[in-house]
Amino acid sequence: MIKFLLKGLIRDRHRSLFPILSISIGVTLTVLLQSWITGYLGDIIDYNARFSTGHVKVITKAKYDNSQQMANDLAIVGTNKLTENLDEEFPEITWIKRIRFAGLLDIPDENGETKTQGPVIGWGVNMLSKKNSDIERMNIRKSLQDGKLPTKRGEILISDELAEKLKVGVGDDATFLGSTMYGSMAMQNFVISGTVHFGSMVLDKGAIIVDFNDAQTALNMENATSEILGYLPSGDYDNEIAHNYADRFNKKYSNSEDEFSPIMITLSEQNGLDSMLEYVSSFIGIIIFVFVLAMSIVLWNTGLIGGLRRYGEVGLRLAIGENKGTVYRRMIYESVLIGIFGSLVGTMIGLGFAYLLQTKGIDLSSMMQNNSMMMPTVVKAKITSTTFFIGFIPGLFSTIVGTMLAGIGIYKRETAQLFRELDV
Amino acid sequence: MKKVLTIILLTIVMLNGQTPSAETILKKIDENMISKNQIMTSSMIIHGRRVSRTIRSKSWSIGDTKNFTEYLSPAREKGTKMLKLDDKLWIYTPSTDRIIKISGHMLRQSVMGSDLSYEDMMESSDLTDSYDAKVIGSEEIDGKQCWIINLVGKTDDLVYHQRKIWVDMKLYVPLREELFAKSGKLLKRMELKNIVNIDSRWYPMKMIFKDVLKNGEGTEFVIDEIKFDQDIPKYKFSKAGLKR
Repeated sequence: MIKFLLKGLIRDRHRSLFPILSISIGVTLTVLLQSWITGYLGDIIDYNARFSTGHVKVITKAKYDNSQQMANDLAIVGTNKLTENLDEEFPEITWIKRIRFAGLLDIPDENGETKTQGPVIGWGVNMLSKKNSDIERMNIRKSLQDGKLPTKRGEILISDELAEKLKVGVGDDATFLGSTMYGSMAMQNFVISGTVHFGSMVLDKGAIIVDFNDAQTALNMENATSEILGYLPSGDYDNEIAHNYADRFNKKYSNSEDEFSPIMITLSEQNGLDSMLEYVSSFIGIIIFVFVLAMSIVLWNTGLIGGLRRYGEVGLRLAIGENKGTVYRRMIYESVLIGIFGSLVGTMIGLGFAYLLQTKGIDLSSMMQNNSMMMPTVVKAKITSTTFFIGFIPGLFSTIVGTMLAGIGIYKRETAQLFRELDV
Repeated sequence: MKKVLTIILLTIVMLNGQTPSAETILKKIDENMISKNQIMTSSMIIHGRRVSRTIRSKSWSIGDTKNFTEYLSPAREKGTKMLKLDDKLWIYTPSTDRIIKISGHMLRQSVMGSDLSYEDMMESSDLTDSYDAKVIGSEEIDGKQCWIINLVGKTDDLVYHQRKIWVDMKLYVPLREELFAKSGKLLKRMELKNIVNIDSRWYPMKMIFKDVLKNGEGTEFVIDEIKFDQDIPKYKFSKAGLKR
């Protein structure tokens, strides 16, 4: 029967060409949108996880309540013991201590007095020790634009935009000026060992990266850290697994009476990422729904036009005794074949565009000048297993619904009228 | 009835006659608080959310335009020096051996984690120049009768647009001050205590600052020793003095 239907569709192009074209265009758009949203969302999550949130994060309860504050007066103390406990109790997770801070970077003139200075956001990350180094995780090596990675204490990396703004380069001296964990003045001299460009406006505007131990010394944070980030063994964020870890930790360590007790939070509980995750997943659903609806109406119309064109054929089939239900079902089978073919073509074209977007990306940096969110400036798509079948849902569904709606007319044909109509 | 009304009116007139103008009160405060120069050793006790810290310092100042402060303890702060010349501020730490100018948003940062900002330190004490002052009432603080003076900024570029000062009617020393933003929001509160007579001027030896937007118990500023109208060498108020 399939062979028979296929022959019919191939021989009578009026029956198949327009529906296949419509479906292919719609499916291409669906595939492209899904891969683009998945890629962009994935990049945002990945960026946030690597630089800011981890998959899970341990901070103090007070810091959690004042999450917008960069100051380290609410930092976790006694972190050596706490990290040991984390390593023992959650050995499958990679635990990383990081210090985040803000302040000024001051560049001296030949007399050692202020030549230029500018506000900076700093990261104290593990760069000198081989164990749990953040160099790869934060993509520091690949982001290096000039100079080299710090090889000893007292060396820092600064963003290339900041270097340009402060008119400094590799080998120049710079003094960090900020507040210690106890609020005192923190001043520390550094030598710029390299400049970096991360491709994120937030980071590239004024980031400095120092070794974790240097940050501890400068900010008087002996045995303390701003946060302990945890990365799941798979390397990818899984909301359910992350929540399980957080629940286990909080049951044992968190104390609602003590504002400085540690609390574990998941990636989705930070930086408004939970609402973004929800928004994006519902956005994909909305796109599919709208597409199905629009295409169903288009294909309903096509079916109606086809129905008019095939009025005689359907009439003849009914007149020679074919059952109304059989005719209706065969039209639906035809639509399934059209849907599969259209979806296949659309998915292939969509995958082609998605692959281009995945490898090349679109640079939106000019539109993100004042963006404060941690996200990449080059938007890239990501082809996942879902990308291969997502187009088939609206592609098939809309053709079937469209045909079902158009085909209702078959049941309205009166057998007594058929021969008279055929005479005409 | 007429008699009663007459007595009330007379009392109001007499009371008004006894209330000096806000400018007069502020001038008398200046006579107590501002000297040609002063040398002061003080302790700043900062009650943070986590710990309380005491920072000792010695400062030399001429009017409110020049000030040199050297931190004496704790060890991490020892040797840090600050120089204020008019509206400019520099800081020096021996660990970096650098003189750094404090400007821009750093001026709004807290001084050593206290409830005071660098901007507070930079402010001119001549309030009559920047504010329109008016006596708006009286109130008792710790058994002392006080005038309440309301000051509203003449320009928009002031750190605090409005101030309320409670001034001891007898000694002409402020006992409380509240500082407000332009929106009317209270930003800081200050209590001045232990008023003593030094060289025929009344001076508060303890001040408690509270930044109401900040958690913590506030900052106590205790003057251990203060000397007025001393000989201060000129180099103290130079950038070279920071490295000496």
